[in-house]
Amino acid sequence: MSAPAAAPASTATVHVNIGRALKDTAITAAIAFALFLPLIGFKTVQNMRNELELETRLALLLTFVAIIAGAKLFVSLVIAPWRERRALNPAPTNATLAKAKTLLAHWFTPFALGFAVVYPILIFTVTGGTGALKWVDNFGIQILIYVMLGWGLNIVVGLAGLLDLGYVAFYAVGAYSYTLLAKEFGLSFWILLPLAGFLSAFWGVLLGFPVLRLRGDYLAIVTLAFGEIVRLILINWVSFTNGYAGISGIPRPTLFGIPFNANDDGFAATFGLEFSPIYRSMFLYYVILALALVTAYVTIRLRQLPVGRAWEALREDEIACRSLGINTTNTKLTAFAMGAMFAGFAGSFFAARQGFISPESFTFLESATILSIVVLGGMGSQIGVAVAAVAMIGGTEIMRDLDFLKYFFGSDFDPTQYRMLLFGFAMVLIMIWKPRGLVGTREPSAIYKERRTILGSHVKEGHG
Amino acid sequence: MEVFVQQLINGITLGSIYGLIAIGYTMVFGIIGMVNFAHGDVFMVSAFVALIALLILTTWLGMSSVALALLIVLVVAMVFTSLVNWVIERIAYRPLRGSFRLAPLISAIGMSIFLSNFVQVTQGPRNKPIPPLLRDVIVVMHGDYDVTVSYRQLIIWGVTAVLLAIFWYLVSKTALGRAQRACEQDQKMAALVGIDVDRTISITFVIGAALAAVAGTMYLMYYGVVSFSDGFVPGIKAFTAAVLGGIGSLPGAVIGGLLIGLIETMWSAYFSIDYKDVAAFSILAITLIFLPQGLLGRPEVEKV
Repeated sequence: MSAPAAAPASTATVHVNIGRALKDTAITAAIAFALFLPLIGFKTVQNMRNELELETRLALLLTFVAIIAGAKLFVSLVIAPWRERRALNPAPTNATLAKAKTLLAHWFTPFALGFAVVYPILIFTVTGGTGALKWVDNFGIQILIYVMLGWGLNIVVGLAGLLDLGYVAFYAVGAYSYTLLAKEFGLSFWILLPLAGFLSAFWGVLLGFPVLRLRGDYLAIVTLAFGEIVRLILINWVSFTNGYAGISGIPRPTLFGIPFNANDDGFAATFGLEFSPIYRSMFLYYVILALALVTAYVTIRLRQLPVGRAWEALREDEIACRSLGINTTNTKLTAFAMGAMFAGFAGSFFAARQGFISPESFTFLESATILSIVVLGGMGSQIGVAVAAVAMIGGTEIMRDLDFLKYFFGSDFDPTQYRMLLFGFAMVLIMIWKPRGLVGTREPSAIYKERRTILGSHVKEGHG
Repeated sequence: MEVFVQQLINGITLGSIYGLIAIGYTMVFGIIGMVNFAHGDVFMVSAFVALIALLILTTWLGMSSVALALLIVLVVAMVFTSLVNWVIERIAYRPLRGSFRLAPLISAIGMSIFLSNFVQVTQGPRNKPIPPLLRDVIVVMHGDYDVTVSYRQLIIWGVTAVLLAIFWYLVSKTALGRAQRACEQDQKMAALVGIDVDRTISITFVIGAALAAVAGTMYLMYYGVVSFSDGFVPGIKAFTAAVLGGIGSLPGAVIGGLLIGLIETMWSAYFSIDYKDVAAFSILAITLIFLPQGLLGRPEVEKV
């Protein structure tokens, strides 16, 4: 390490090789051109006779190549020298910045929680009755469902380190349990909610039991297979689930028996208010908020218990775990069952909120979305997962409203179709750039106070 | 009987396609121990490249010889798909060597989502049908119902057999193949004796993509339609084939592919076509649970 006085001398050693940068850029541009030539340079379109025809998009192709070449040039001329310089003389730690960070970390959670609680009321007072519906329903409830699913999957992926690609199957079990039981037996939401969670947990154990002997990647693929099997059965067992057509007219939850409708015994009439669908949305918002917070609370408490510690130990090193006498099968099963149970809660809430479910809602893409929330949030971090859910689901909802983009890209431009494209790309970037997630570190829940130099990230299974 | 023979013919055709994709999975798993989740989508991309090349040749250049056109399409698809997979390995997997255990798999899932959505956005979400090529069939068995082999099926068998022979030669007889097998056994040791490990891994991805491109071209020719979502299910089935044959084993991948193809067609013919994907997924789960080393694979030894 160079002393601060020597800094100018070492800065001088970093010089930019422009010739090399230009050569690299040319190579990158050539590769990008070849890479994008078939799929961006040409577009297949159906004509009136339903035959395929080709259109060329030379301008778009060249734009893409130019962007990539420009980025490469920028990296080799600006970012790479900057990095080198920083590696030679590391910036002194900024005390005020560090203090601000700890302050932010300390106050962020209570502030976010408070905001989540007052959010519908705030929106209601600002926008008034009908305008608030979109904000509470599309943003609030939608995001909170994913926050809850993210937290549930976080137990399996983030804490126990089991990559579950079929998580949506348990969400589906919860949704169909509630729907079928409510429609067949007329039971209320509040009785069926725990029952749906229990059934999902049961399926978690049932599916988990045979697969948990498997290694990480194999486990992931088998859970994916199970998820798809569940969805295919939902599609094909028409007499039971009504297949693709789905089930509609699912009973809505009530507040201690008071329904949210325009009748005389409805919520609005009972409390002497003018009827508005916003009351139901606000009620549902608080239900899902409570469910999500229960998920978070249970997870945080479980992490203090032996079983939670065992999950985290399992994630870091399975062989060491077994050597210490931890029953890995039971530990994995509890993680699987807990995760599945919360997915079941979320599923039955989802069914009750939508009033309609079909197998379309439970595709692999849904599992992938939840997984990317957990990955982006930093596997294991509660607040990180919540922030990732807000950013990704909220971002998607905002994209729906970006009509002005149609000015630039033409009237058939639909920003929402870029959603999964961005999610996929973000997953790759996060793995390369910050494999432990966007939002900071995950605090160890064991009580050792001093930091240890060896983390799971330094140790591959079977190495050192 | 006729139904059985016909399904046998169809099953072998389908199995050839799965086998070609499965080699890509099994080679990558063998050399870096990673499930290349995006491989099915690479296969789908190759089918699109083949589709575009075919349209350029037939509608723009007015090429009339179907055989020549198919040959050119095949080569074009192999070249472009290899490039795609090479770039994917460079940007999405290579930086992750030595990262934590699940990082490459998560990155590959991200890549898979990215590829299918990229094709959806750039080429549109609709199915892309082409006019049927080579409709002629040969009747091989007369009965209440004629058993036929189509020219398309013959081409698929022929191309698959030739490419597998070339590929087998490459892996077992050349310096490249030896380098690959050395990297499979011990990367550090291979590097010490002068093998460029990074380059060998890149070439593995390129070969896998080239074979997937053959499968993609054959798929397009056989079914005459392709869509952006066509990578997922064939990808999983090919992975099932690789697992069934014993992951890491090249003949295993081909045998597994043929078995999966046969099981799928027989299941559709004799049981229920609605549940044919359930059958494939169940085989995957059952194999991994009860026979994780597959038919021809080596049992995995867990080391600290």
